[in-house]
Amino acid sequence: MISIAVQENDFESGTEINRLSAMGGGAISSFVGQVRGDGKLRALELEHYPAMTEKALRKIAVKASEQWALHGITIIHRVGRLQVGEQIVLVCTCSDHRQAAIEACSYIMDQLKTVAPFWKKEILQDGTENWVEERQSDLDAAQYWKN
Amino acid sequence: MSHQLNVVYFSWVKERIGRDQDIIDCPENAETVAQILEFLQSKDAVYQEVFADLKKLRFALDQDFVGLETLLGSAKELAIFPPVTGG
Repeated sequence: MISIAVQENDFESGTEINRLSAMGGGAISSFVGQVRGDGKLRALELEHYPAMTEKALRKIAVKASEQWALHGITIIHRVGRLQVGEQIVLVCTCSDHRQAAIEACSYIMDQLKTVAPFWKKEILQDGTENWVEERQSDLDAAQYWKN
Repeated sequence: MSHQLNVVYFSWVKERIGRDQDIIDCPENAETVAQILEFLQSKDAVYQEVFADLKKLRFALDQDFVGLETLLGSAKELAIFPPVTGG
């Protein structure tokens, strides 16, 4: 079962993990991304393309479910203004075996970084704002799964 | 027959153009994404500046990623935005 949510509200990762583990299996993997504080950052503003976001996330989840034997996938991505330390994204996968759960979770995050229509703007302590640029390391990570 | 296209912008593309969408009547000779960009650039200098470096832009037609040479067909929405940075 694939569950996708794009929301301003925070999420409770424990609740989401429990919901997924109730589907059976025996191997649950999860990843939570947070706003990283590097001293200069005050907040992130997350913009997205509402008509496309869920479609893009679902496509990633469906591809993962075709490659690995999964009982369930949960993807939650937040939008709007997020302060340092706040949660941004949760990916959780459930399978019979750990390799499938871990690999699928990693695959979904790597794909999400390059094909899900979200854009981050950094708001610094001094008030300046910058749109975050794509990183080669994220492109390389997404490419890894194609090899 | 002229075909109406909703062109939507995100991130710094939206900020630099100064609005989040344009509804345009596609000219008869505009069949690809690239030709729509050229059409917009011919109308207003702001598009010339924002679309100057195509390597910094990505495109989606009816919410699927496409390349510059993709045919518009009967698509209703073209999105223009920088590479995504979520997660």
